Amino acid sequence: MSGNIAILGYGLSAIGPGIGIGLIFAAYINGVARQPEARGMLQPIAFLGFALAEALAIFGLALAFVFRS
Amino acid sequence: MSIVALATEGSYQTPGVQDFWQPLIGDGAFAITRASVVILLSVALLSWALLAGTKKLTVVPGKGQAATEVTYGFVRNEIGRDIIGSRDFLRFVPFLFTLFVLILLNNLFSITPIIMFPSMGRIGFPAALTLVVFVVYHWIGIQKHGFVGYFKSIVPAGLPIGLIPYIFILELITDLFTRPVTLALRLFGNMFAGHMLLVLLVGGGEYMISHGAFGIKIAGGGSLVMGFVMTVFEILVQVLQAYIFTLLAALYIAGAVADEH
Repeated sequence: MSGNIAILGYGLSAIGPGIGIGLIFAAYINGVARQPEARGMLQPIAFLGFALAEALAIFGLALAFVFRS
Repeated sequence: MSIVALATEGSYQTPGVQDFWQPLIGDGAFAITRASVVILLSVALLSWALLAGTKKLTVVPGKGQAATEVTYGFVRNEIGRDIIGSRDFLRFVPFLFTLFVLILLNNLFSITPIIMFPSMGRIGFPAALTLVVFVVYHWIGIQKHGFVGYFKSIVPAGLPIGLIPYIFILELITDLFTRPVTLALRLFGNMFAGHMLLVLLVGGGEYMISHGAFGIKIAGGGSLVMGFVMTVFEILVQVLQAYIFTLLAALYIAGAVADEH
């Protein structure tokens, strides 16, 4: 079996955003469950946090291919 | 699962970056690739759909008009008005709407039979869109605050005097570098990774079924089923990415036109 160690970097870089996205949506679900009328206000905030946390994993993916050579 | 096929057969080509470079006419920097054909098709289709949807406006909307109105209303109210604020969001709604429908249609093309290619999976297309957003939000900010005032406004008010240079440099890096790079890479990475996953699951499954022993054929069937499930999941990701790109563009514009940063 052959491969490239750069792909492991992507795996590592996905851990943090994975946990972060979980926390963000947990808070979002909690908020909506407690106060359903706040959904419209919470949704953009939740997706914004999701997008910012996800960026790190995407960097990892891009760099995995950059350093693959 | 494809590692099993790789180990037993050794001739399976795992999908990679090379799958996204498909020149149709010519080669090199000015080649007409499959991605450029897809984006031209999307522009033609959008122009037709939007013109047809708004030509004969009636009080009780038909199907085309209703779909156009719902999409426009979503961008106008949920993204434009809620993020930028009711004072000066109307100028930016056409821009945001263009971004949203263009990205959405191009993303959905990547799972449309026959077309099946994510043009946003080539970094050039998200980078071009991001360049437009980048120029727009800096231009708006400079127009509103003046050149010096704009760079003053990126530092939040009320900081101790010793901290201001550090925060200024941090905010400058964020504005000029991190924001555009993450905006382009997020869309690119999601489309790229999603499409490659589908190619891997479907292509690998097909290879396992046609070349493998009995057990591997069953695994190949599982891979094809996963390919179907992930295709459905991809629809969610594609709509979400179009929404997030537009949302962030609106947020950057909102930051530039805000009175107090």
